[in-house]
Amino acid sequence: MIHIAVQAADFSVQQEYDRICADNSADGAVVFFVGRVRDLNAGEAVYAMTLEHYPGMTEQSLLAIVSEAQARWPLSRVRVIHRVGQLAPADQIVFVATASPHREAAFAGAQFIMDWLKTRAPIWKKETTERGEHWLQAKTSDADKAEQW
Amino acid sequence: MTFTVKFFARLREELGTAEVQVALADVTTLAQLKPFLIGQHPHWQTALERNLLLAVNQHLVTDDVTLQAGDEVALLPPVTGG
Repeated sequence: MIHIAVQAADFSVQQEYDRICADNSADGAVVFFVGRVRDLNAGEAVYAMTLEHYPGMTEQSLLAIVSEAQARWPLSRVRVIHRVGQLAPADQIVFVATASPHREAAFAGAQFIMDWLKTRAPIWKKETTERGEHWLQAKTSDADKAEQW
Repeated sequence: MTFTVKFFARLREELGTAEVQVALADVTTLAQLKPFLIGQHPHWQTALERNLLLAVNQHLVTDDVTLQAGDEVALLPPVTGG
């Protein structure tokens, strides 16, 4: 069971946890990750963040990443939510949850999905800092992490 | 007989446009696209010669592709979501 959403609206971790657990007594492990907007990046105060994406391709890309994760680990349920639009420091950006009978697959699957999402999903962040607006640069460390799998 | 080329994020802002239509009479394969666009818009050269990802019909591609009428090509800066 896969749920993928790209949305401007915020999400509730409690609601997402309830959904991944609903009518599900087979999965003994649920792992979730939340990515949030930091108030400091590379030494600069961050006032706002705008996320742009490629509608249609983003959803397809996330689905392909989740399908790849399910081919590698027994993940019964996966939920991915990525927010777009204007966000502020401390806002939630991204949610990934995996459910599996055992924890190893749930941990590995969640980390894999995040690592691939950061290098493959067509989403871009623009920060407003004390020095003005700029698009974030892709990090080679993120590419290295995605390559590890 | 044309296809669409979409630009995103920093690249869209640098070029000052979100998409253009290109005639198949001018460009038939993906590899010909950037040189054609630079020929039409010499001031796009710096932006188009940066590291960009290419997608055809919303799938990332790394090899050359023969383009068809109605295709949706996208030039994407390296992604920074998550």
